[in-house]
Amino acid sequence: MALINVSKLSVQFETPDGLVTAVNDISFSLDRGQTLGIVGESGSGKSQTVLAMMGLLASNGSAAGQAQFDGQDLLAMPPQALNRIRGNRIAMIFQDPMTSLNPYLTIERQMTEVLELHKGLTRQQARLRSVQALDAVKIPEAARRLTMYPHEFSGGMRQRVMIAMALLCEPDVLIADEPTTALDVTVQAQIMALLRDLQRDHGTAIVMITHDLGVVAGLCDEVMVLYGGRVMEHGSAESIFYQPTHPYTIGLLGAVPRIEEGAHMLVAIPGAPPNMARLPPGCPFSERCTLADHRCADQRPALSTVPEYPGLLRACHRSPADTAFQAQGVGA
Amino acid sequence: MSQPPALLSVRDLRVHFKIASDSPWPWAVPRVLKAVDGVSFDVAPGETLGIVGESGCGKSTLARALLNLIPVTAGHIVWQGREMQGAPPSAWQDVRQNVQMIFQDPLASLNPRMTIGQIIAEPLRTHFPGMAAAGVMQKVRAMMQKVGLTEQQINRYPHEFSGGQCQRIGIARALILEPRLVICDEPVSALDVSIQAQIINLLMELQAQMGLALVFIAHDLAVVKHISQRVMVMYLGRAMELADKSTIYRDPRHPYTQALLSAIPQPDPRRERHKVLQLLQGDLPSPINPLSGCSFRSRCPKAEDVCAQQVPSLQALNAQTRVACFLA
Repeated sequence: MALINVSKLSVQFETPDGLVTAVNDISFSLDRGQTLGIVGESGSGKSQTVLAMMGLLASNGSAAGQAQFDGQDLLAMPPQALNRIRGNRIAMIFQDPMTSLNPYLTIERQMTEVLELHKGLTRQQARLRSVQALDAVKIPEAARRLTMYPHEFSGGMRQRVMIAMALLCEPDVLIADEPTTALDVTVQAQIMALLRDLQRDHGTAIVMITHDLGVVAGLCDEVMVLYGGRVMEHGSAESIFYQPTHPYTIGLLGAVPRIEEGAHMLVAIPGAPPNMARLPPGCPFSERCTLADHRCADQRPALSTVPEYPGLLRACHRSPADTAFQAQGVGA
Repeated sequence: MSQPPALLSVRDLRVHFKIASDSPWPWAVPRVLKAVDGVSFDVAPGETLGIVGESGCGKSTLARALLNLIPVTAGHIVWQGREMQGAPPSAWQDVRQNVQMIFQDPLASLNPRMTIGQIIAEPLRTHFPGMAAAGVMQKVRAMMQKVGLTEQQINRYPHEFSGGQCQRIGIARALILEPRLVICDEPVSALDVSIQAQIINLLMELQAQMGLALVFIAHDLAVVKHISQRVMVMYLGRAMELADKSTIYRDPRHPYTQALLSAIPQPDPRRERHKVLQLLQGDLPSPINPLSGCSFRSRCPKAEDVCAQQVPSLQALNAQTRVACFLA
């Protein structure tokens, strides 16, 4: 049985413009030691998916469906029960390391709090454990750094503190929401190497949310591509990157600038991201898709398997044969 | 380096900021932050120079200094053969007609109380106050079409547009005067990948149509590759390497350029899993207390004693490449 089993998860928000569905019918499962990449552009619902799982939706949001962790449904749980899991068995790293640390408290207070609460350690024991955790994420002079405030750290160091804090209780699942987006590339490379090592050593399952296909390629076994709150394509990293069959995945791969020799021209996806309050009745991508016809705009394609591509799920009326021409020269 | 006469040449440009001293005594010497410290380059008509570096390397300060938007401490900016250092404001007015800027945050760089039409027309009204209103409007409409906006949007306000469209408005405003040089300060880093490609392609199209020269500033070497003919890599206010696009990506000579290139994650799982990462240690050091010698030596995998003693200058290695490294 999978560690995490999300089925038919939907998230809705009540806004002045009416009910907006940010996430629609998303299902996935994750085993120990696996990494799932959730890829999509801003507004595709990737963050709201995991916030719903963690019970962290804004007050005007509500989630439907199921999100089972180790057999228990996270969505049906009272907050007290959820608190025993959050930060303990499922930990989360957020995008902005400055705003997700408390500026008034030292790193020591913020880290020991987690251990005292979840593991019942004394302050002394918790302090020792925190130093070890900071060492593990390669923060030099961890014992001295522990007494500092967040503003005394650089962006990359703050993200390391966040990771150290998330890993304090040795969680089964680590959810990383754009953990390197605010960082420089050389620091991003350090953080990615760190996550890879931690996963190898502890067998943590990772849910990696990002808009950067490069980050996904280096870390993830499985990739789920979201657009307009729906899954467009879901498969192994190999199939998504080397044999993309959905027009949106193909478009995304074509739009990424690459550094290797003889790289292709940038192929832009026409149009703008969708307005979530006014999605077309059919495929959410139909307005920007070059292969779309009237059927795509009116009928929603179901997420289904394809006989020729085992393990792949895609939501498109067009067959992989139809999109193959578009995919030429885009897959790496 | 001097083939055709350069449109813009910059020689040994320095921008230093005085910041408050650590010491409580009023007579303490103020500390100096050297944001840009001795940068030289040329921009030829119609070419694109990419400037790349991580946050804090001085690339945005450099962009602003080129337009005299912040005071230059020392060095020369020569615009079409004319020395601009110490020139009166009226001379700068003339330059600004031909040098325009596109900013990073597309929404923040547009006045929320002005309509799109007013925003795009403002440069015309400033530089050609006598132009008839009908003429202005005609030009604005033509420019909106060129950047992919529709005429119906002329009376709307910036908040009604998405990030990509706001950047198109910023581009229209920059190009309405038909400048010779456009300085783009991270124009696509706030945008989604699919929109980023639209804006890069649009800039390249307009460049070909109007014969623009571009100074394209970004933190991402991959983005710069698609648009530039030459690329300059900066680190802590200095140029580390300046080379033709074809050479810098194939044969990077400076250890920092090599590390930057290897750090970019590529959408190619097999390659990503097997690549040898040149991981740099640590973060960017503070520019307030710079190191002696080469500013990169604290993170450089190859640093030797000589790197601590002298500052390497940007030396021509061959016809295509100039590097500031003793060991290149």
